[in-house]
Amino acid sequence: MDQFTINLLFVGGSFALYFGIAFWARAGSTKEFYVAGGGVHPVLNGMATAADWMSAASFISMAGLIAAGGYANSTYLMGWTGGYVLLAMLLAPYLRKFGKFTVPDFIGDRFYSQTARLVAVACLIIASVTYVIGQMTGAGVAFSRFLEVDNNTGLIIAAIVVFFYAVLGGMKGITYTQVAQYVVLIIAYTIPAVFISLQLTDTFIPAIGLFSTHAESGIPLLQKLDEVVRELGFQDYTADVDNKLNMILFTLSLMIGTAGLPHVIIRFFTVPKVADARWSAGWALIFIALLYLTAPAVASMARLNLLTTIYPDGPTEQPIEYAERPDWVQTWETTGLIKFEDKNGDGRVQYYNDVPAFQNEATARGWEGNELVVNRDILVLANPEIANLPGWVIGLIAAGGLAAALSTAAGLLLAISSAISHDLIKGSINPNISDKGELKAARISMFVAIVVATYLGMNPPGFAAQVVALAFGIAAASIFPALMMGIFSKRVNSKGAIAGMLAGLISTLVYIFLFLGWLFIPGTASFANTPDNWLFGISPLSFGAIGAVINFVVAFTVSSMTEEPPKEIQDLVESVRYPQGAGGAVDH
Amino acid sequence: MSDHNNNAEKYWQANLRLILGSLVVWALASYGCAIILRPMLSGIMIGGADLGFWFAQQGSILVFIILTFFYAWRMNKLDEEFGLQE
Repeated sequence: MDQFTINLLFVGGSFALYFGIAFWARAGSTKEFYVAGGGVHPVLNGMATAADWMSAASFISMAGLIAAGGYANSTYLMGWTGGYVLLAMLLAPYLRKFGKFTVPDFIGDRFYSQTARLVAVACLIIASVTYVIGQMTGAGVAFSRFLEVDNNTGLIIAAIVVFFYAVLGGMKGITYTQVAQYVVLIIAYTIPAVFISLQLTDTFIPAIGLFSTHAESGIPLLQKLDEVVRELGFQDYTADVDNKLNMILFTLSLMIGTAGLPHVIIRFFTVPKVADARWSAGWALIFIALLYLTAPAVASMARLNLLTTIYPDGPTEQPIEYAERPDWVQTWETTGLIKFEDKNGDGRVQYYNDVPAFQNEATARGWEGNELVVNRDILVLANPEIANLPGWVIGLIAAGGLAAALSTAAGLLLAISSAISHDLIKGSINPNISDKGELKAARISMFVAIVVATYLGMNPPGFAAQVVALAFGIAAASIFPALMMGIFSKRVNSKGAIAGMLAGLISTLVYIFLFLGWLFIPGTASFANTPDNWLFGISPLSFGAIGAVINFVVAFTVSSMTEEPPKEIQDLVESVRYPQGAGGAVDH
Repeated sequence: MSDHNNNAEKYWQANLRLILGSLVVWALASYGCAIILRPMLSGIMIGGADLGFWFAQQGSILVFIILTFFYAWRMNKLDEEFGLQE
């Protein structure tokens, strides 16, 4: 059986499973569409949250970025896990106690203002659409590989599948399908990693293999990797970073963004009790950590394997001839995500870091420029092929990558559609809309969101994980501070919250758009996105943390100059702080 | 009624102290050991890399898990101690 058929079997089989579950549990009432009737066990909820959370960014893209950046990109690992600590302590239990459906519900009620609610809806939609762009980028990579088509064609197919998938089921469908998706994606991620770890380090557990001895050379794996990349002009894999401020802000931005993303928060409305909301965050983190502890091992091992494939006799010897390149390089060339150009006409694949510091050595070896461009988003998917693993492992990883992209995209589309149909239309434009009309509005908004995301995903403002990081920055700057102040301060009033959210959102968006293009439209950036141009060396990816600080400062300043919130609001804040008397999630 | 308020106030203060303590550990593991303090920990080696690198790629995640479960366990107990559970 050829690889294409195997991929099709695995991907087709897993999809049949998800659609089957979605159909079996399809949503009836609007309440079920959003929150699955509020009766999901913390462990299952944790698993579903993990699937929802671990998107194309975590599965497909992140290890590739870590492989390229080494220590410097550990930010993704810490940022995307550390947020759960904040979520568990600062938001989840109180929002569960509050007991409404959505994030704008809370902000609208707590800040007793329709405007606050609408601003929250706007923040939520902007963050979620940005997030979906990242998902579509990743899903496009996965579809183009397994169908062996051009990247843009893969993207369009991905969009169609995601749309039908999200429309079919509501949250209930999604909660149980997401449990299935979690199982598929964690197996798909772990199995190739175990094989590769055994090959390279004789260690069964990849996370331990990362810090073990490289079997072939007898020195520690990371040391071996440092030596190999150094020979090719790259920075050491474990090298420290100079700009620690940016690293800290980036990590912080991802962490507080985690706690501000509506599709994750909404998960905590679906547990039966406040105590369960606390456990759920812990379970979600455990299930996430299973992948996140493996990811850095995948990153370093894939980098080493890739370089060994190109330089089979070591980095100081000749690289392989283009004509003898492995099959996987050829397949990825069809997607346009690997490009080769024989600059010095010797028929060999020179792959190195083409920087001035390495110029002399490159010239001495007769190299006239780096000849191979490998898109970072393909590394995880190509990883089993690079390591020559059996065909079924390759099919498995394709299925896992798609599960990751699909589950998150669906969760986000749901958050977007509920923001529009529930918070915007039912909450303010037309409160008398029927259940049926609300569902219809929800589906139309899903459709629009996916069209926009697909269009922007064709020329994404970064690799999948970077685009997703931008979404986190936006959520960090706008939603998280408002939620936190709403719970921990009785003094912040509607004017303060609105001014804070707007200040955080706008400052962050402007900073991002300046470097990455206005509304992410290619070619409209005001400045080149290079560290010299950044304000105080803060990258657009990290600015969310600054936006959050601006949000807090503005909100407190404005609140202190204006009147106290009314008594009943102060009582509301008081009541969310104590678990006693929480009912099920209620509709208005 | 004032008795109840007093009790609730104490519960909330205990919660805030717990959050603060947990956040100190949270920040020490990630921003501390993995980033700012990394040069100072570079003498301690773990399998081909230094302790700071380990914290950045694995250690901090393990600390986060422990913290989250510790907080859930402690708070659920506090709920009962103060008679504020559901």
